[in-house]
Amino acid sequence: MGPLVTQPLDPVNPPAQPSRFAYQARRHLPERIIQWILFLAAFSAVTVTIAIVVILVYESLGFFRHVSLWDFLTDTQWTPLFSDKHFGILPLVAGTLVTTFVALAVSVPLGTVIAIYLSEFASHSVREIVKPFLELLSGVPTIVYGYFALLFVTPLLQLFLPDLPGFNMLSAGLVMGIMIIPYVASVSEDAMRAVPMHIREGSYAMGATRFQTAIRVVTPAATSGLVAAYILGISRAVGETMVVAVAAGTQPNLTWNPLEGAATISAYIVQVSLGDLPHGSLEYQTIFAAGLVLLLMTLAFNVVGHLLRKRFREAY
Amino acid sequence: MSAADPTADTRLHGIRALIARHKRWDYIFSVIGLVAMMIGIVTLLALFIDLVLDGYGKLNYDFFTSFPSRRAAGAGILSAWVGTVLVMLVTALAGVPLGVAAAIYLEEYAPRNWMTDLIEINVTNLAGVPSIVYGLLALGLFVYQLDLGQSILAAGLTLALLILPVVIVATREAIRAVPGAIREAAYAVGATKWQTVAHHVLPYSTAGILTGVIIGMARAIGETAPIITIGALTFIAFLPPSPVTTEPPFISFDWLFAPFTVLPIQMFSWLSRPQAAFLENAAATGVVIIVMTLAMNAVAIVIRYRFRKRIKW
Amino acid sequence: MKRKTRTAAQPAAPAYNGDMRSPDEKTPVPAAAPQAAIAAPIKAQAQKLHFYYGGTVHALKDINLDLAEKQVTALIGPSGCGKSTFLRCFNRMHDLYPGNRYEGEIRMHPDNVNILARQVDPIEVRMRISMVFQKPNPFPKSIYENVAYGLRVRGVRSRGLMDDKVEEALRGAALWDEVKDRLPDLAFNLSGGQQQRLCIARALATDPEILLFDEPTSALDPIATASIEELITELKLKVTILIVTHNMQQAARVSDYTAFMHLGELVEFGDTNTIFTNPSNRRTEDYITGRYG
Repeated sequence: MGPLVTQPLDPVNPPAQPSRFAYQARRHLPERIIQWILFLAAFSAVTVTIAIVVILVYESLGFFRHVSLWDFLTDTQWTPLFSDKHFGILPLVAGTLVTTFVALAVSVPLGTVIAIYLSEFASHSVREIVKPFLELLSGVPTIVYGYFALLFVTPLLQLFLPDLPGFNMLSAGLVMGIMIIPYVASVSEDAMRAVPMHIREGSYAMGATRFQTAIRVVTPAATSGLVAAYILGISRAVGETMVVAVAAGTQPNLTWNPLEGAATISAYIVQVSLGDLPHGSLEYQTIFAAGLVLLLMTLAFNVVGHLLRKRFREAY
Repeated sequence: MSAADPTADTRLHGIRALIARHKRWDYIFSVIGLVAMMIGIVTLLALFIDLVLDGYGKLNYDFFTSFPSRRAAGAGILSAWVGTVLVMLVTALAGVPLGVAAAIYLEEYAPRNWMTDLIEINVTNLAGVPSIVYGLLALGLFVYQLDLGQSILAAGLTLALLILPVVIVATREAIRAVPGAIREAAYAVGATKWQTVAHHVLPYSTAGILTGVIIGMARAIGETAPIITIGALTFIAFLPPSPVTTEPPFISFDWLFAPFTVLPIQMFSWLSRPQAAFLENAAATGVVIIVMTLAMNAVAIVIRYRFRKRIKW
Repeated sequence: MKRKTRTAAQPAAPAYNGDMRSPDEKTPVPAAAPQAAIAAPIKAQAQKLHFYYGGTVHALKDINLDLAEKQVTALIGPSGCGKSTFLRCFNRMHDLYPGNRYEGEIRMHPDNVNILARQVDPIEVRMRISMVFQKPNPFPKSIYENVAYGLRVRGVRSRGLMDDKVEEALRGAALWDEVKDRLPDLAFNLSGGQQQRLCIARALATDPEILLFDEPTSALDPIATASIEELITELKLKVTILIVTHNMQQAARVSDYTAFMHLGELVEFGDTNTIFTNPSNRRTEDYITGRYG
C-alpha cells in the first residue's frame, strides 16, 4: 500500500519546497483571471438593466423638454404623427389595460382550473403528457398568435357581433389570454405542488373528496403563489406586442370598450418603428417615453409578483 | 353498542349518501378540467390547422428560394430565412457563452453579499422586461450610440440580451443538480475550482444547459417586436455578403453589418397587407416559423426527459 | 412462535376471552371485561392482510389482528417493520398513491364491512376512522376552521351545531382552555404540542369509530408528549384507538393490547402486560429488552 501512494506523488511534488509554491502560484493566477471573467459575465445582467434605464430615461428627458409631464399624463389624445400634435399617454395606457383585462378574463380562470386539475386530479401519466405540451404551447411565437387573432378569431367573432371592426381589442385580448394560459397554469401548478403532501393527507384522512381537498385546503394554502401567477401573467400581457399590433389596430383611441380597436403602448412603438424616423426627432423620442411607461408598469407587476412567489416558496 | 346495529346501519347509509353527493363534484370538476385543457390544446391545433390550410399552397421549393416581391405569387422567404439563420448565429455566439459564464459565477463562485443579491435581482427582473423594451435599448445603444446601424450584428446582440435570463436560469438549474459530493471528490484529488467546474460540473450538466439554450433560441427565432424596433427592413431583395470569399483571407465579416430581414418580420409585413394573396404568404411563413420553434422545443424537452431518466444521482 | 401468534390473534373471540381474563394490575375497564367473557367486543379485525407498495414491495405479510372496542392497541417494532404501513391501511391512506395493493380484509364491526374491499369507497372508511399523523399537520387556516373542517366536509351548515361540536372536540383534546379566546388565529401560531392536540380535536370533531395515531409524539418535547399520552388514556372511554409508537415505554403506559411487528409480520400480539413482562417470542423479547430496534 505504502509505495503505491507515495510513488505517484513524487513527480508532482519534488522534495524541494520552493518549487511547490511556484507551482501553486502558477495555478493561482489563471484561477483569479477566470473568476474575474465570470464575474463580469454575471455583472452584465446589472449592466443591461442600467443601460435600459439610462437609454429610456435619457431619450425621455429629451421628450419631456418639449412636452410637460402634466400634458403627458392628462391629455386625452395621442397624435405625435399628425400636424396637430397631442402627447397624452392615456389612450395608449387604456388600450394596454383593456387588452390585458380581456386576456386575464380568459387566462386566469382557465389557467387556474388547469393547474388544479393537473396538480390534484390528473394521473401521473396525464401530467407527464400535458406538461410538456403546455411548454410547447408557450413556445409558439407571438406573431403567429397575431395571425390567429386577425384572421381566425376576429372573423369568428364577427359571426356573432356583426358590427365588430376588423381591428378590435376583444379578439387581440382573447388570443393573448390563450397565449398566456400555459404560463399562468404552470406557475399556479408549481404553487399548488409546493403545498406539502402531509397537509393533503390531513384532509383526505378527514374523509374529504378530491374536490374538497383541492378547493378547501390546497388552493387556500397556495393563494400567494396563485396571485403571483396572475400578476406575472398581467405583466406578460402588458408587455405583449405583436398580437395587439396585428389585431387591435394602431389607432390611439381612449376607450374602455373592448369591441373597438385601439393601439396599446407596445403597438404604438412598433408602428412608429416601421416608419423612417430621423434619429433625435421628437417622434423618435416619443417611443422611448412610451417605452419608459411600459417598463414601469411591468416592473411594478413583476416586483409584486416575485415577492408573493418568494413568500409561497418560504411558507413550507 | 351490541344493540346498535340499526343505528349503525342508518349511519352508514347516511355516510354513503353524503359521499355520493360530494363525489358528484369530483366528476364535474374532472370534466371542467379536461375541457379547460382541451380549450388550450384544441385551440393550438385549430390555429395550426388553419395556418397550414391557408399556407399549404405556398410551401414549395420556390418559396424558399425566392426573394420577396410586389407580386404575391412570386414572393418567397429566401432573404428572411437567411437573415434568421445569420442573426441566430450571432445570438448564439454572443448570448450562450455570456449566459453560461454568468450562471457558473452565480452558482459556483459568487460570495453571499450585496453584489450577488444585486445581480440575482437583475436577472429576475430582466426575465420580466417586455421584449420591445430590449428593442428600444438596442435602438438607442447598438444602432446609434455604438453606430452598428440596422445590421445583423445589432439584431443578433439584441436577441442575445433577450435570451440571457433564460440561459442563465436554465444553466443554474442544471448546475445545481450536480451534487456537492461530486465537487468534493474533485477537490479531494487536488483540482482547483475552475478545474472542478470545467472537468466535472459543466460536462455533467450539459444536457440541462443545452435544453435551456435551445428553448432560449426558439424564443429568439420567434421574436418580432425588438427587431422591428431597431429598424429592420421589411423588404429585402438581396442576400448579405457571403462569409466565405474566394480571395484571401477567405473569410469576410461584412455580413455582420448588412441590412437584413427575418422570418417573423417578413410574416408581419405580409400580414399588414390587405391582399389575400399576401396573407397566404404570411400563413406559409407562419408554418415555417412554427415548425422551427416547435421542433427546437421538442428537441429540448426530449433531451431533458431522456437525461432525467439516465442520470440518477 | 408462529403458532402462538395465531392462537392469540386469529380465532378472534376465544383468544380474547383468555387475554382479558388474565390478571391486570391496572383497573380493568369496567363494562368491557365482564362482557368479554361472553363475546369479545371487537371493533375491527385484520384477516390475512397483505400489502404491496407500488405492486412490488411486499410490506405486510399475512397480518391477523383484532382491535378491542374502546381499548388502546399499540403497534411496536423496529423502524421499517411495517407498523405505520399497517396503520395507514385502516383509513385507506395508501389509496392516495398509485400502484399500492391490498390483499385480505379488515372487517369493521358491528356492520361487518370489509373496509379494504374495492367497492367500499375510501372516503367512507375515512369518515368512520380518523387519523392523527406523526408530524402535526394543521391546515393553513384558523384554529376554528381546522376543527370544523371534518364537519364542513360532511356538509354541516348549522353554525350553532358547528360551534358546539368544535368546543366539544377542543375540550376532548384538552385544548379548549388554551385557545378559546383565539379561535380565529392561524393554527400555525400554536406550539408543536398544541398543534398536535388541535389535530386530535380535528379528528375527534366528527365522532369517529376508530382513531389512528401514527407516532403522534415523535415530533414533540417530553411535556407535550405527557399531555398527549394522558389524553389518549381519556379518549378510550369514547373511541377505539390504534397507535403506532417506537417508544416502548409509551406503549406500556397507554395501551391495553400490544402487537409487535417485525419485517412486515405480526410476531406477537397480546395484552400489554403479558407482552412486556412475559413475551413468548424470542424476537419480541430481544426487541423489548433493547437488543435491537
